[in-house]
Amino acid sequence: MKEKIIHSDYNVNIKGRRRTGSIWRWILQLSTIIGIIALITLLLNIINGAFGYVALEAKVDPATLAVNGVPLEEQSKEQLIDVLRSNLSSGAFNKLEHDQPFAERSRANVYQLVIERIVKYDIKASWQLWDSLTRASEIKATVAQDYPNAQLRFISWFTTDFVSRPQSSEALTAGVRTAILGSLWTILFTVLLAFPLGVGAAIYLEEYATDNWLNRLIRTNINNLAGVPSIVYGILGLAIFVRTLEPLTSGAIFGVVDPTTANGRTVLAAGLTLGLLVLPIMIINAQEAIRAVPQSLRKASYGLGATKWQTVWSHVLPNALPGILTGTILAISRAIGETAPLVVVGASTAISFDPASPFSKFTTLPIQIYQWTSRPQDEFRSLAAAAILVLLIILLSLNASAILFRNRFSRRL
Amino acid sequence: MEEQKKMNFVSSFHNRSTNLRGQRRVGEMIIQGLLFLSGFVSIFITLGIVYELGKEALLFFQMPEVSILESLTSIQWQPHTGNFGIWPLVTATLMTTIIAMSIAIPLGLAVAIYLSEYATPKARNILKPILEVLAGVPTIVYGYFALTFMTPLLRSIFGKDVVEIYNTASAGLVMGILILPLITSMTEDALSAVPRSLKEAAYGMGGTRLEVALQVIVPAALSGIAAAIIIGISRAIGETMIVAVAAGAGPRFTLNPFKGAETITGHIVRISGGDLSYDSIDYNSIFALGLLLFIITFTLNIISQGIVRRFREVYE
Repeated sequence: MKEKIIHSDYNVNIKGRRRTGSIWRWILQLSTIIGIIALITLLLNIINGAFGYVALEAKVDPATLAVNGVPLEEQSKEQLIDVLRSNLSSGAFNKLEHDQPFAERSRANVYQLVIERIVKYDIKASWQLWDSLTRASEIKATVAQDYPNAQLRFISWFTTDFVSRPQSSEALTAGVRTAILGSLWTILFTVLLAFPLGVGAAIYLEEYATDNWLNRLIRTNINNLAGVPSIVYGILGLAIFVRTLEPLTSGAIFGVVDPTTANGRTVLAAGLTLGLLVLPIMIINAQEAIRAVPQSLRKASYGLGATKWQTVWSHVLPNALPGILTGTILAISRAIGETAPLVVVGASTAISFDPASPFSKFTTLPIQIYQWTSRPQDEFRSLAAAAILVLLIILLSLNASAILFRNRFSRRL
Repeated sequence: MEEQKKMNFVSSFHNRSTNLRGQRRVGEMIIQGLLFLSGFVSIFITLGIVYELGKEALLFFQMPEVSILESLTSIQWQPHTGNFGIWPLVTATLMTTIIAMSIAIPLGLAVAIYLSEYATPKARNILKPILEVLAGVPTIVYGYFALTFMTPLLRSIFGKDVVEIYNTASAGLVMGILILPLITSMTEDALSAVPRSLKEAAYGMGGTRLEVALQVIVPAALSGIAAAIIIGISRAIGETMIVAVAAGAGPRFTLNPFKGAETITGHIVRISGGDLSYDSIDYNSIFALGLLLFIITFTLNIISQGIVRRFREVYE
């Protein structure tokens, strides 16, 4: 009797266990698919925001600005300047001339001025890509009914113009050049701080450090720092770089204070803050690269009588360099996407001029995205989506180059 | 004499070329010193964080409007009326964290188990980079996603009267997606560190794939999984941009996930958005909040490392 129970248990179980197994397999697969769907939705949502119909109402109809039958879009630079001269007050016109002489301005720039100053498009409503594609006729009817003077236009917010135009408070003419340049300036100082310190620390920990309490503390501490929220680094940067080191970060001790920044909320302060933020990541990545250099290389170098530093400099570092650079690129892509610490350090909200020195005010791409996202109007959400596309493309190309680097490196060794 | 000279010559020759004793090399020592210093910088950063945050936080608690007792008991955080109860910020942080983890833990573990135990190498080679991409997307992008996708979705499911435009549920859910790849990759590392022999032995005993995974491999990797979860929690508490964009602007003591509330990080970002004047109560308060954040996350990280060290199953 007893034996029979065991026997039947054994048999029944196999079927049940198999079934449980396949149910769970299905659940696990589903979870993975949910993860992938999340990523796809994220991307589609951004693309959805970056294109779509816009209902525009012009203050001055561009058709009335045609000269001798030549429509505005086809006019030459001189004709456009004439349009500006005849439609703006002489004071406003002279101010434009004073900001930058018309002779030096490009046609695109003058055209942009005409649109901004005279035509003055007013966005009445905007729709996202999905709606624009599926409900086009409905949208057209709504616009015709609610805004009889408006024209409906399908706009791609993500254009080459968008990348090359400076920031502006008008959604139609806003661009991200200021923000991209701000990001590049900031990253420059991030790398200048984090690369030498990170590689130095990694060399110390991998090649020199003995196993004592101090070095163990340093190791543990680096791992912990990598987990500290980025906003805490922002607060640290505010206290140290913006406030305490203000003479340095505002350029006062070099005598080159930017008149617009009387305080330390500059490119330099932002870059150094991000430098501290990515330092732990930098160290951990560089350590891995150095650890991957075969021990035999070091032994061979010592065998020939090289000193420790000679070994490190001529054998370990050159072999670890591709790995270190890959790690640096990954650290940079982390820094480029950071927003929170820069808000705390004091990124400027609306600057339309390009950063020109380490002591300029700054805004970066993620900060710009944050500001556009926080505004209630739909058209700024669309701008944010377009800026996100720019950011993602930058990050994607950085990561792709890191992967290429890694592949090349692993083939060589 | 001649002999002596010869001896000297020989010994000096020997001294120069075959002295096996190490020589003092000043240059090398300087370099080693510099390298040590750059290693030590990380300690300086930690000390700097503790010192700067502690100093300003102390100033904050010394202000006449603020009392520690009130901070810990009051449920109102209104700097302009002198109310500094920490609870509205803490409950909002806890809510977003709990919502995020209730998404990230089950999904993250499931994906990790699938990737390491079920997926074919080909599938893994496609899926892992996808997860890495998901992990590399800046958090502000997730913030945009929460506000323009998740919030409208929640509002269309639960009704616009129930779900406010800014709400912690939307921020928490998207945060869960953000943390998922982190938990997955750490868990997968832990799972793949379990020795193959253990797995083969379990299969040899007649275990199904699921039984081997759940009853042998997962328990063996439990310390790594626990560490992953704790790191995930720490990440969720410190996550800023998603909540700054989508969770709401204004501290509110509520446990309703469909209402707007401000987390610790969200509050810091909003307060420091303008040009903050030094030594104002707002300025000092962000340091106190930053210190709180730092202590929580630092402790969690140390606990996670401790778990890995203490409970790691060691196999030869």
